[in-house]
Amino acid sequence: MKAMAAIAVNVFRESVRDKVLYNLVLFAILMMGASYLLGQLTAGQDVKIIKDLGLSAMSVFGLFIAIFIGIGLVSKEVERRSVYSLLPKPIHRYQLVLGKYSGLTLTLVVNFVIMTIAFYAVLMYTARGTPPNVQRAWDAPALDPALLKAIGLILIELLLVTAIALFFSTFSTPILSAALTFGVFIVGHFSTDLRNFDQVLNSPAAVRIARGLYWVLPNLGQFDVKSQVVHGQPVPIGYMALTAAYAAFYIAMILTMAVFVFSRRDFK
Amino acid sequence: MKRTLVGAFGAIALAGALLVAAIQVQAAREREYPPPQVDEDAVYITSGSALRRLSGAYNALAADLYWIRAIQYYGAAKARLAERPLAPDPPPMLAAVESKEFSQLYTLLDITTTLDPMFDIAYRFGSVFLAEAYPAGAARADLAVKLLEKGFRARPDKWQYLEDIGFVYYWYVHDYRQAAEWFQKAGEVPGAPVWLKPLAAATLSQGGDRQSSRAMWERIRQSADIGWLKRSADHHILQFLALDQIDALQSRLDALAKTRGGPAGDWGAVLRAGVFPRIPTDPSGAPYELTSDGRVRVSRSSELFPLPVEPQRLPPR
Repeated sequence: MKAMAAIAVNVFRESVRDKVLYNLVLFAILMMGASYLLGQLTAGQDVKIIKDLGLSAMSVFGLFIAIFIGIGLVSKEVERRSVYSLLPKPIHRYQLVLGKYSGLTLTLVVNFVIMTIAFYAVLMYTARGTPPNVQRAWDAPALDPALLKAIGLILIELLLVTAIALFFSTFSTPILSAALTFGVFIVGHFSTDLRNFDQVLNSPAAVRIARGLYWVLPNLGQFDVKSQVVHGQPVPIGYMALTAAYAAFYIAMILTMAVFVFSRRDFK
Repeated sequence: MKRTLVGAFGAIALAGALLVAAIQVQAAREREYPPPQVDEDAVYITSGSALRRLSGAYNALAADLYWIRAIQYYGAAKARLAERPLAPDPPPMLAAVESKEFSQLYTLLDITTTLDPMFDIAYRFGSVFLAEAYPAGAARADLAVKLLEKGFRARPDKWQYLEDIGFVYYWYVHDYRQAAEWFQKAGEVPGAPVWLKPLAAATLSQGGDRQSSRAMWERIRQSADIGWLKRSADHHILQFLALDQIDALQSRLDALAKTRGGPAGDWGAVLRAGVFPRIPTDPSGAPYELTSDGRVRVSRSSELFPLPVEPQRLPPR
């Protein structure tokens, strides 16, 4: 456990050294610029659009961090040959993989905490300049705590994407890993179409294959509750819990595969 | 340390100077060879469903972009029309179809609401943009109703969409029976305010007189929680005031015409007759115009121009 924690902290430090936190500056500039400009452009929909923009920006920035750091977590160690100095040490390979994953998780969580604070600050600033009668017309208040549900599910989705990127990085090159992870991310958001293949295909075999893929591939669409939250629609706690549990099992499965592949790699 | 600082400042200064030079060259080139005006009227992808797939996890953000585009499109078309040299007015519907100024408006709003089916304002404002008489809008009440019906399919709890459909029929189509039917339907949605059903009855019995139209705008003004809608209601209420003033002025001018044996063709003659101390102005402050046949009307330069076509009273059954 101690070894894993040390590796995790090291990954976090490395990401700070790699200027990953610079994206927070970009996020802050984007949000402040948006809050100023959108009021002029959107016919009173600035808060709705700032919410959409903020949640989407968190998702995109988080996705880039998850993929571009995730794919390098193991493969970089192999490329730099630093893995050879790590392996003789008294740590298991599973500890290395899980430590790396925890480190990137920590990086994402720190990013999200700061982005969430900035996001709420911009919303508070925008709401302060809006008359109460206009605020009453909003689907949800500017500082709606329900936004945290959407942010939480985005973060959980990205933890799943990170696990996928890490898995690919245990046996593939960084470029191929990035391409594969992006591919899984896109397919994961369209997996509902696989479920409804029977509406467009007459072949029972093809429908069965599509239905099988629907259950096997990660269903990332379920983590997207941005629109519901922004429009003040309820997102039940039960839904959140089941979605988080799905992610936990899927992440555990991917990390198990990653540990398995990495444990069997021959570095001699 | 000092040398490093000087070097850094030098590099920044050099980069700044080069940027300024590039800007100057670009400005010179644009003066010499003005860039062509881009008429950005094209909507390359017209299928909301296709865009929904393309935008993946970011549908709502894509909807926002299309909403901003719809507003810009509507605003730009309105501004262009306002700048046009004043020509005799063709019938509004014909002018709207022929001008093609608002031809992409419904497509943009349809895409917006397909990408984000819960985008309340896109339905409510969008239907006003579509239904408004030309040149203030597209004069397409049919598309406004279509958009609002789509909204109600997406959110069956929104009685406001049905009320808006009733309003479109009342105000823009002058079909009071349809309007009353839609107000009635709106009143039947759970959670709808109690005044909708009496409104349906009143529309059926009194639809079309100025007083009931004014009352409807007053109600919109009082209940509007959106600044733009409130301003629009204020504008319409001022137009009703102008209509009242025109009626009062006209009756005095008609009386003058009787005494002098013919209409006064300009304000000079009216002022000389001492009917008014000065040229009367409309509620926006613009002087009224007097036509050669002695009719009073708002000036085309007035903020209130054009006045709404007066709804006609409902014919007896």
